[in-house]
Amino acid sequence: FDTSAPETVDPSSVPQPKDDFQEELVIRPLHSGDIYASFQFRTVWETDFMRGNKVSHYRLFPKSLGQVISKFSVRELHISFTQGYWRTMQWGQPFQPSPPGAELWVWFQDSAECKVYAAGCVDGTWKELTNVLSGIFCASLNFIDSTNTVQPSASFKPLGIGNETDHRFLRYATLPREIVCTENLTPWKKLLPCGSKAGLAVLLKSEKLFHSSFHSQAVHIRPVCQDWQCKTTSWELRQTLNVVFDLHNSAQGKREWSLFKMFSRTLTEACPLASSSKIYIDITDNPQGEQFEVSPATPLLSQAVVLGDRRTFSVYDLTQQITFGTVRSLNLLIRWKSSEGDMLRPLLHAERYVAGYGLQTGEIHTLMYNNHPYRSFPVLLLDSVPWYLRLYIHTLTVTSKGKDNKPSYIHYQPSKDRLRPHLLEMLVQLPPNSVTEVTVQFERALLKWTEYTPDPNHGFYVGSSVISSLVPSIVAMDTNSTRERPLFSSFFPCKEESSYFVRVYTEPLLVNLPTPDFSMPYNVICLTCTVVAVGYGSLYNLLTRSFQIEEPSPGLAKRIANIIRKMRGVPPL
Amino acid sequence: MGLLSDPNRRRALISLLTRLNSPICVVCYMAGVAWFMGLAFEPFTLRTYMSENAMGSTMVEERFPAGERALTTGREFSAHKKKAGGMPVDWLVKTMQARGLEVFTQRFSRKLPFPDENKERYMVKGTNVYGILRAPRAPRTEALVLSAPCTPGDSNNQAVGLLLGLAQYFRNQIYWAKDIIFLVNEHDLIGMQAWLEGYHHTNTTGMDWSPLQGRGGSIQAALSLELSSDVITSMDLVLEGLNGQLPNLDLANLFYAFCQKIGVLCTIQGKLQRNDWDSVSGYSHSVQTMMLMVMKQASGRPWGDHGLFLRYHIEAASIKGINSFRQYKTDVTTIGRLLEGMYRKLNNLLERLHQSYFFYLMPSLSHFVSIGYYMPAFGLLAVILLLRALDLWVQLATPPPRTEDGITDKEQVSSPGVLSVLTPLVISHLTGVALYTLPIQFQEMAVEQFPVSETEAVVLTAIGVYTAGLALPHNTHRLLSGEGTEQGWRVLKLVAVLYLAVLLGCTALINFSLGFILALTLVPVAAFVTPHVPKVLSAFILVILSPACTLLFSVFFFQELQELPVSFQEGWLLYLSVISQGILDHFLYGSLVYPLIALLVYPCWLLFWNILFWK
Repeated sequence: FDTSAPETVDPSSVPQPKDDFQEELVIRPLHSGDIYASFQFRTVWETDFMRGNKVSHYRLFPKSLGQVISKFSVRELHISFTQGYWRTMQWGQPFQPSPPGAELWVWFQDSAECKVYAAGCVDGTWKELTNVLSGIFCASLNFIDSTNTVQPSASFKPLGIGNETDHRFLRYATLPREIVCTENLTPWKKLLPCGSKAGLAVLLKSEKLFHSSFHSQAVHIRPVCQDWQCKTTSWELRQTLNVVFDLHNSAQGKREWSLFKMFSRTLTEACPLASSSKIYIDITDNPQGEQFEVSPATPLLSQAVVLGDRRTFSVYDLTQQITFGTVRSLNLLIRWKSSEGDMLRPLLHAERYVAGYGLQTGEIHTLMYNNHPYRSFPVLLLDSVPWYLRLYIHTLTVTSKGKDNKPSYIHYQPSKDRLRPHLLEMLVQLPPNSVTEVTVQFERALLKWTEYTPDPNHGFYVGSSVISSLVPSIVAMDTNSTRERPLFSSFFPCKEESSYFVRVYTEPLLVNLPTPDFSMPYNVICLTCTVVAVGYGSLYNLLTRSFQIEEPSPGLAKRIANIIRKMRGVPPL
Repeated sequence: MGLLSDPNRRRALISLLTRLNSPICVVCYMAGVAWFMGLAFEPFTLRTYMSENAMGSTMVEERFPAGERALTTGREFSAHKKKAGGMPVDWLVKTMQARGLEVFTQRFSRKLPFPDENKERYMVKGTNVYGILRAPRAPRTEALVLSAPCTPGDSNNQAVGLLLGLAQYFRNQIYWAKDIIFLVNEHDLIGMQAWLEGYHHTNTTGMDWSPLQGRGGSIQAALSLELSSDVITSMDLVLEGLNGQLPNLDLANLFYAFCQKIGVLCTIQGKLQRNDWDSVSGYSHSVQTMMLMVMKQASGRPWGDHGLFLRYHIEAASIKGINSFRQYKTDVTTIGRLLEGMYRKLNNLLERLHQSYFFYLMPSLSHFVSIGYYMPAFGLLAVILLLRALDLWVQLATPPPRTEDGITDKEQVSSPGVLSVLTPLVISHLTGVALYTLPIQFQEMAVEQFPVSETEAVVLTAIGVYTAGLALPHNTHRLLSGEGTEQGWRVLKLVAVLYLAVLLGCTALINFSLGFILALTLVPVAAFVTPHVPKVLSAFILVILSPACTLLFSVFFFQELQELPVSFQEGWLLYLSVISQGILDHFLYGSLVYPLIALLVYPCWLLFWNILFWK
């Protein structure tokens, strides 16, 4: 299918360094009438940041990130900012899953200077890195510290090449409270070679992107093979942006979407620096056009295996002038013919909530649904719980279909107060067509008074659980990595033909801790002091001592007189 | 405290307190009652004000347009309800889905401990339907609830219609930051209990329910809507919840603020606000309003579907549309706008509602009495008990004016003292346990033996056990070997008075109204009763002031306050049904008034009864 795009790279540029930029937009009409748009921008650069040679000439690859990679010996970096929660039951699986808030996970290079004191060295680098990224992305990543960083042993494996999987070099942290807005989008757009001036990025207007049900932007950096022989490595930067527009809010209930309606822009050109620039529209559910119609029609069709399913896409190649037609602008239009929206039954689905009431104890319930009719599959559950929820790990139960389901692997790292969170990782086998419930009880800690967040607070957030799994696929996976594939289908490397990798994030939790009433500390202090000083002191005095009237001690003469009287046998004075 | 550590001055103070004990007690009692009555006087109360910044200063616009359509939906709902003979689950699910909500259902069943004759139910089976409006770009951590009960018969259809209309309108708005849960619950409180227990995955009352599928995180606030006619004349706010818990005052302020803004007549306890506070009728009006609140709070039962939310620390209130024969009418669109405004402000909340008061009484919607103002009234009553205890203590400590054999006499007194105190204590508490357990245990036997229904059996058994407890002195004396001594009853009375003081103090902290009403009747009993007062008259007074009779008077008084006076016959029937409802509330929702009365207050009163008949 792939009509090889004409080389748009300026021929006058030097052959070294070899870099390449591709952009892509996937539009998937969802069952519910909503629409899912997923942008991917991929820059691949055949260079080596690590080998001491200072890279100073940057072309397509953003310099700020390149310097971060070389300075902090980063081998892989994944950062995502998400506003909203991906509704698996209505929308199916996303192309790139991400939890609400900010998520950052980094594999560090096993560098020479860090060999000896690996843990301490990596911790220091991690602290610095989060501060630098905080500046680059205008986000509160500087709030990542040891109390919310964990080192998962199994859930987060490197996605790029490399055989080092010692989790001492991995750091994972989430900030579920992080709010994502325009200020995070602008620096993200600046990393693109064309900025938001040309190509697909002109569609990224914040007033529309944040008028949606879900917004997620991410940056993934990893080393990849240059070719199938994998003799040389190159660095890949993927910038992804996923957005779901709501039928009721954005479209006023009309089942009709166009690029203009979604982004308030139309497309007129591809990014001149891009070697490929394409729009894919998922028409799998619509082979004969009975569900919806797409205009303008395109003869180009593409098939790709995404998330265990063979999907068909209409392809619009923006590097071809013909795509823009006579009006020199592309405004894709999708119009539904029928209107029905049912809940989906995705194969793997999870939810989490806090049970119980009162401010002393509680119970975290995690429900994992395996909706496959006959296959069971294992999932890795990762839970990172802040220290101020004291988990009673002996109350951990895993039940499926009313029976105890013993996890085959449990990695538990208890928390240390004010130092590190709880880390719980489990490998659980989910029986077919079942709900598996993981429960663990906790006690709410009483914080020191400076540790409470400033007055307006909703409560304390607990980050999403991460469920990673190889889910049995409906069709055989396409494992031939040499063939050109759309970007969205090639993110998670798949080694097996029969299953595909899925990561599911549960909703974050909001937990109330016992909070003193800070609105009247002065009254409280006064009252407490009064009660202690006056009430307690005197009452204690009254209760423990008995009072008697003391005779004034007699004078010396009187005492002598009394002694004499005593000797005489006369009663004393 | 220096006053007490100086023995001379201590002695003087104590002698003063013991000499003037009775007059001081009388004065305290009068002062307590007067203070309480003064609470309703407007110059003594505070105006309500919005404490929460997020709800106070921000402006919201109300634009809900679709009142007529909501009424049509309500009529449709009514038709489907009639067809289904109960909750039209399928229709509701379909309708909510069409409005773009995520819809889930919950089935529940509950077998009542005995048939409820008021609502004619015994084996309850039902389904709750709820739809969640997912807030755009919110991570499912917070939610608000709007509920409308699906009641049998023709009532409350408009509430469901308006709920669905609001759901449709809210769904198209972009500004939601919290998920909104639209809940239609069947079998009013039982359904609500099932839903809340399912949502929080707890089981406090032994109900069967199917687990919930969809959740919206921690619920911040909830409103329950009751509306039975197409036009209404006023909106009534109901705050009293389970065990006398109240929602944060800001929720009431919010309701009042929007009623003022939109121009809807609003009432509390069904009483309009009056401006003539300086006239006698104006004052008695606010006393009535406040007394109604006190009576409702003291009953400890949830007075609307919101009542059960409070246990989970969710601020909730019920809003009832009332159609009386006033001139001024309000249509459903206006009520929709009222609710829209309230929800938009609740949506703006940046923290849980906690800025304003949780303990208050309301003599009118615009005025409130905070805990600092009403507690002294109770304190003045409670101090009587402490004064009596001090008096008794002093009497016990100073040996009787006998010089020679005083010491030997005292030793003789103290050893039977323990037994003479312990025996009545144990026996009276056993009677209390019997009062708590027997009515439910023996209902089947009673139904077989006597021509009564289950409910009557339970209530009559309770009254029977209660009356049988009056034979306590007789039983005690049979167990006690010797004669009761003068010292003996003093020790017993000292224990009983302190016991009552602690009991009432704790009750008043949790539920002021209940504590105050009990104190009003039990404190005089505790103060005056000795074996030396005229037996027949005192016994009569004691019975009149016993908890059961207090309840009987409360029933009549409550009817009087509501301007629905009843004859004695009707009042007695009402009394019986109130007892059965109280027992049911305990078993169904975990109300604590019945066990409190049966296990603690009644035994305490029996101790005083015992003292009266001390030999």
